[in-house]
Amino acid sequence: MTRANVTDDIEAIVEDTDLPRRLKDDVYSTIEERDVTVEEADQIAKAVQSRYQETRVDPLDPVGTVSAQSIGEPGTQMTMNTFHYAGVAEIDVTQGLPRLIELVDARKTPDTPMMTVHLEDEYATDREKAHEVVWKIEATRILALGDISTNVADMLVQIDLNEETLMERWPTVDQVEDVAEEIAETIESKLAVQTRQAGTMIEFGPEEPSYRDLLQLVEELREVVFKGIEDISRVVIRKEETDEGEEFVLYTEGSAFGDVLGIEGIDASRTTCNNIHEIYRNLGIEAARETLINETMHTLEEQGLDDVNIRHLMLVADIMTNRGEIESIGRHGISGNKESVLARAAYEVTVNHLLDAAIHGEVDVLEGVIENVIVGKPVQLGTGDVDLRMGASQD
Amino acid sequence: MSAQQTPKSISSISFGLMDPEEYRDMSATKVITADTYDDDGFPIDMGLMDPRLGVIDPGLECKTCGKHSGSCNGHFGHIELAAPVIHVGFNKLIRRLLRGTCRECSRLCLDEREREEFEDRLERSEELGKDVNDVTKAAIRQARKKDRCPFCGEPQYDIKHEKPTTYYEVQDVLSSEYSQRIVAAMEPDEEAGRERTTPSELADETGIDPSRVQEIISGEFRPRQDDRRAIESALDVDLTEEDENKLMPSDIRDWFEDIPDEDVEVLGMKPARSRPEWMILTVLPVPPVTARPSITLDNGQRSEDDLTHKLVDIIRINQRFMENREAGAPQLIIEDLWELLQYHVTTFMDNEISGTPPARHRSGRPLKTLSQRLKGKEGRFRGSLSGKRVNFSARTVISPDPTLSLNEVGVPDRVAKEMTQTMNVNERNLDNARRYVANGPEAHPGANYVKRPDGRRLKVTEKNCEELAEKVEPGWEVSRHMIDGDIIIFNRQPSLHRMSIMAHEVVVMPYKTFRLNTTVCPPYNADFDGDEMNMHALQNEEARAEARVLMRVQEQILSPRFGENIIGAIQDHISGTYLLTHTNPEFNETQALDLLRATRIDELPPESGVDDDGTPYWTGRDIFSELLPDDLDLTFTSEAGDDVIIEEGQLVEGTIDDSAVGGFGGEIVDIITKEYSNTRARIFVNEIAALAMRSIMHFGFSIGIDDESVPEAAEAQITEAIDNAYDRVEELIETYERGELESLPGRTVDETLEMKIMQTLGKARDSAGDIAGDHFDDDNPAVVMAESGARGSMLNLTQMAGCVGQQAVRGERINRGYEDRTLSHFKQNDLSSDAHGFVEASYRSGLNPKEFFFHAMGGREGLVDTAVRTSKSGYLQRRLINALSELEAQYDGTVRDTSDNIVQFEFGEDGTSPVQVSSNEETPVDVEEIADSVLDAEFESESIKSEFLGERTEPTNLSEHTDDWWMAEGDD
Repeated sequence: MTRANVTDDIEAIVEDTDLPRRLKDDVYSTIEERDVTVEEADQIAKAVQSRYQETRVDPLDPVGTVSAQSIGEPGTQMTMNTFHYAGVAEIDVTQGLPRLIELVDARKTPDTPMMTVHLEDEYATDREKAHEVVWKIEATRILALGDISTNVADMLVQIDLNEETLMERWPTVDQVEDVAEEIAETIESKLAVQTRQAGTMIEFGPEEPSYRDLLQLVEELREVVFKGIEDISRVVIRKEETDEGEEFVLYTEGSAFGDVLGIEGIDASRTTCNNIHEIYRNLGIEAARETLINETMHTLEEQGLDDVNIRHLMLVADIMTNRGEIESIGRHGISGNKESVLARAAYEVTVNHLLDAAIHGEVDVLEGVIENVIVGKPVQLGTGDVDLRMGASQD
Repeated sequence: MSAQQTPKSISSISFGLMDPEEYRDMSATKVITADTYDDDGFPIDMGLMDPRLGVIDPGLECKTCGKHSGSCNGHFGHIELAAPVIHVGFNKLIRRLLRGTCRECSRLCLDEREREEFEDRLERSEELGKDVNDVTKAAIRQARKKDRCPFCGEPQYDIKHEKPTTYYEVQDVLSSEYSQRIVAAMEPDEEAGRERTTPSELADETGIDPSRVQEIISGEFRPRQDDRRAIESALDVDLTEEDENKLMPSDIRDWFEDIPDEDVEVLGMKPARSRPEWMILTVLPVPPVTARPSITLDNGQRSEDDLTHKLVDIIRINQRFMENREAGAPQLIIEDLWELLQYHVTTFMDNEISGTPPARHRSGRPLKTLSQRLKGKEGRFRGSLSGKRVNFSARTVISPDPTLSLNEVGVPDRVAKEMTQTMNVNERNLDNARRYVANGPEAHPGANYVKRPDGRRLKVTEKNCEELAEKVEPGWEVSRHMIDGDIIIFNRQPSLHRMSIMAHEVVVMPYKTFRLNTTVCPPYNADFDGDEMNMHALQNEEARAEARVLMRVQEQILSPRFGENIIGAIQDHISGTYLLTHTNPEFNETQALDLLRATRIDELPPESGVDDDGTPYWTGRDIFSELLPDDLDLTFTSEAGDDVIIEEGQLVEGTIDDSAVGGFGGEIVDIITKEYSNTRARIFVNEIAALAMRSIMHFGFSIGIDDESVPEAAEAQITEAIDNAYDRVEELIETYERGELESLPGRTVDETLEMKIMQTLGKARDSAGDIAGDHFDDDNPAVVMAESGARGSMLNLTQMAGCVGQQAVRGERINRGYEDRTLSHFKQNDLSSDAHGFVEASYRSGLNPKEFFFHAMGGREGLVDTAVRTSKSGYLQRRLINALSELEAQYDGTVRDTSDNIVQFEFGEDGTSPVQVSSNEETPVDVEEIADSVLDAEFESESIKSEFLGERTEPTNLSEHTDDWWMAEGDD
C-alpha cells in the first residue's frame, strides 16, 4: 500500500469517497508525487470521483436490452460461411453467425468441436516431447499404422505394420515386436478373435470361414482405436510465441476435454475447448461462463467486430449461467422458463403455454416487460421504475 | 352492470379451466338456432347474432348492457352440447390422467409413500421454477406401472390414444376362436415332443368338470376367467385376444369426476381452479359477436366471420344429434353424429391439428379458428398485444437536407397539420392559442380541435374558426398543429439498436418528404434510395420530457455497443475535410469567409500568413481549427497515415479524415462528446458538416470513368504481372500432374494445389492493383475517397483499374457446372485459372462473357448469403432481446431482472457504462491528468471549476431553439 506516505487528513478525505480501491490507490500515488495541500487533495479526490461517477452505468438503465441489441445488431454484418481458424489453416472451425447462434443456443455439441491444448515444462519446448503428447491424444487407427490386406483364400485379414510409424507413435517402447504384440492384443480384445503375430505381421480371421464375416471384421478393424482418444481425429502442433519465448501448442479436431486434462505434460490451467458443456462438466459453471465470454468475443473478433464491448457478452454469459447450469437463450431455455404466462405465450408456442397455465392454475403477476406491454401498463424499467414527482420549489 | 366492468388497471391475471355452470352463469343467452339473420336482415333471437351477445352495427343498442357499438365489449352466450366432447388442447393430459388413475375408483394409482415423494418433488420444482410437467409425467409413469389399483384392487388396462380425441381401453378378452385353439393345442405335436391330451386329462389337470370341458371344446360354453387361465396354463396356449373398448367422452367425464382433489394436486393441477372433468365440455361458450364481426360486402351481402361459420356447424350437428337421440336412432348413427360434433368442436378450437383434415371455407381456404387467431407473428399475442397500432404517427420517404441540425427533422406541412399537440390554454399562451384556432385547420400553424372545460370537443373548421378563436379561454385545450421546435420520435426499421429510434425537433417544411441531416444516417442505417421512416408525435408532457432528455439525437452520439461516437461526418464530409487539411491549402479572405459562412464563426482568426504580393491568406487547417474548442489537446494517427496534432484547439499538423471526425469512433468527435458535452459535440458535428460541404464545393469533386484509366505502359505491366501469375499456376499444375506437389500438413494434395493457386492469383491481383495505384495521382477522386476513408477502398480501385480477380463460391474457386468442368467452353479437368473463375479484366475494361458469368456466380452467392443472414440474425436478435429484456441496473449497482433475481453483482464486473467507456480503453479515469488540471490549470471561472469538481452540473440544453443562452455564455 502506498497509503503510508500521506497525511491522515488526506487519507480521511480519499477514504471518504466512493471510489473503488484501485482508483483510491491511484489517487494516493498521484498525490504523493506532487506536493499538494489538503485542500488541493480534496479537490483532486472530488474531481476524480465526479469523473468516476460519470463512467458508471446509470441506475435503472435497461442494460439487458442494450446488451442484446449490441450483440444482435452486428449479427447482420457477419458472414454465414465457415472459414478456417485464424492462424491454424489446417483446422476448419465454424465461424461467424452460425457459431454465434450455436453458442447462444448452448448446443450440446458444437458443429466443429476443437481444443487448444497447452503443454507444460519441457513438453512445451521440446518437439519430441510435444509429439509424445500428440500421440497420446490423437486417435490412432489401423490405417495409420500399416497396410491391411484380406486373404480370401485363407479367410484371413493380414496387417503389415509399418515399423517406422510404430516407433514414432510408441516412442517409449524400444522393441517393435512389443508394440506389435500390444496391437495384436487390442485387436483380440476388441474384435474377439484369435490373432497370430510374427514380427510386424498380424493376421486373424473369422471363427468360421465366411466371406461376409471377413469383410465385417475388416470394417470393424478400421474403427478400432489403438492409441489416443477416440473423439480426437486430428492434432495439429504449432510453435507459438509467448512472453517467455516459444512454446508448442496443440490444436485438436474433436474434443474430449475431461480425458485430455489427465494426460501428463498438459498444462491443464491453460488448456481450453470450444464445447461449453464439456467445460461445465469438468470445471464447473464459472469456467463455463468464462469460456462462453471468450468464445463469443473470439467469434466477433474473427469477423472484425472486436469493438463490441465485452460487458455485453458478460451479461449474456451471466444470464445463461445464472441458475448454475447452462441455459440456452430461446424457447427451451431462458425464454421458456419465464415465470409469466403472457411472456411465454407472446414468445413462441402461444397456445400450449396458455392451456398449460390453465391446468396448473397459474397466476401472472405482471412484473416483466412483455406482460405489461400486453395489459397496457407502464413497464417497470428505466423511467417507468421511478416513483418520483417533481418538487414545486426552484433553486 | 358493475360486475362486468373491466378494471382500469390490471394487477394480475389468473388462468384456469371453467366450470360448465360458470359458462351458463356468464352467458347472456342460450344459442339454439344455427341461423344468423332473418330475411329482413334482423338478427334471430337465440341465434348466433342475437343482439344480447353485443352489437357491431353502429346505432343499435346492446340488449344486455344498453351500450352502443364501440363501448359495448360484447357478451358470451352458450350452447348446451347434446353430449360431452373432449377439448383438443388437453388431449395429452386426458390420456395421462386415464393412464394414471384407477378405472374403477378413479384414484391415482400411487401408494401413500410414492404420493408423498411426488408431492415433495412437485413442490420443490415449483420453488426452483423448473418445469412442473417433468414431475407430473414421472408420477404418471410410476402409476402406470401398477396393473392393479392399490386402493380397490381393480386390474388396470392400457389406454390407447388415437389422435386427436379418441381413447380406447385395451383389454384382454376371450378369443372368438377359443375352441379351435384348445383343440389344436390338444393335438400331438411331434416337433415339440408333445403327446395328445384327452379331454379327461385336461379336466383332471384343470379341475374343471369333464362335461364342462366338453362343452368348452365344442364351443358351446365360454370359459370363465378362472377356467380360461387354468386351461391356458395346462395347455400352454393363449386363448385371449386384444379388444379395444372405446371410451366415450361421457365415460371419461364420469371417470374424471371421481378423481379426488388430493390426487389432482399431485398431478400439478389446482383443483379449485381447474377440475379434470372440465376438460370435457358439456357447455360450449359462444364468443360475443364483437369477437366475430360480420362484414357487409359492397353488394349488400353479409359475410360472416370464420368463427361464426364454425359455430353454425356445431349448432346444426348438435341439433341433429338431439333429434336423432330422441327419435331413438340406432347406436351407430348416434356414434357417428357424436364424432362429427367432436370434429366440429375440435376444429373450432384448433384447425391445424395433425391427422384431422382442416375445416374449410366454401372457397377451399382453411378456416381461421381460435388457435390460429392467437398464434404466430400476426396472431393476437405478437401481432395485437405485444405490438399495437398507434395514432399520431406518420410515414413517408426521407431525403437529405444538410442545412438542418442533426437534432432536427424536416416535417412536411401536411403532416404537421395532422399531428396535433395539445395546448393547455392559460393566460400566458392565450394569445397564441387564439391565433392557432383563428388560423383554422387549413393554414399552417392552426388547430384542429378545441376542448372546452366541460369536456366537449369541438372541431375547428374553416367556417367556425374565427368565431371559436374568440371563445377560447384559459382552461380550454387546443389541439394545435405541430410547429418548429416540437419534439417527435423518429424511427427506421429494422430497429436493431436503440439509435434506430431517436427524438428530433421539428422543422416544418414544404413538400412531401421527411428531411434529415446526413450525419444521422449511420445510426438509422438509412440512405435516400427510397427509404421510408416513421414519425410519432408525443402526446403528454412526461413523454416529451423523456424524449428530450434521453432520446434526442445528440444524447445518442455515443453508441453503447463500442463506447465511441456513432454519429459523425460521413462520405462527402470526409472528402471535404480531407481536401481542406491534407495539403493545407491557402485561401484568401473571401474564400475563407465563404468556407465558414454556415458556421457560428463570424470573424476570421488572425491570418496564417501573407502572400508575396501582400494579401493575407488563411490555411485550411487554421480554418478547420476555428471549429475546435479552444482548450482541446489531442494527438492520434489519421486514416491517411500521418500524425494529427491538435494543441490548444489548434490543428498544428495532420489530415482530418474518417478517423478524426467520422462516425464509428472519429477521435475528435469522441473526445468532444466525452470531455465537453453532447451539446458541444452536436455543434461540432453540425459545423464540420457545414464546413466540409463548403470546402468540397470550393474544390469541386467528381468521379468519372476516366479517373480509373491507367496509362498504356501501366496496362502492359499489369498484363505482364497477370501473365506471370498464369505461368506460375501452370507450373503448379504441372508439378501436381507429375505427382510431385507436396501437400501441406493436414491437407490433401488437391486441397494444397487449390490453396496455392488461389494464393498465386490473389497476389497477381494485388500486384495489378499496386501497379495501377502507382499511376494514380494523389488528387485522384477515387484515391482521395479511399485514403480519407470517405467511401470505397483501394481494393475497389484495384478492381476498377487493374483486375477484378478470382471469383469464389463457398470460399473456393468456382468448381460447379458441368461434369468435371465449369463451362462447356473448357476441356474436362482443366485446372487452369480462367477455367475456374479468375477474372483478368478490370471493371473499366469490361468483362468477357465467361468472366461475366463467373462474376455473376460470385455475386449471386453474396445475395443469397445476405438474404439468409438477415433472417437468421433477426431471429437471433429476437431471442436475445426476449431473454435479456427484463434486466436492469439498480441503484446498488447490481443487475437484476424484474422479479429481483440478481444476475450480476456489478454490471460488466466493474459497473462501468459501455456508453462512456470504449471497449479497448484500460482505465476510464485518468487520475494524473485530473490532478494536473486541478493543480495547474487556471479555470476561467468558479462555475467551470465547480463543474469540474462535480459540485455543479451544467444545465441540460433541451432545445436548439434555446441555443441562444449557450452562444451568449460562449465557450470559445
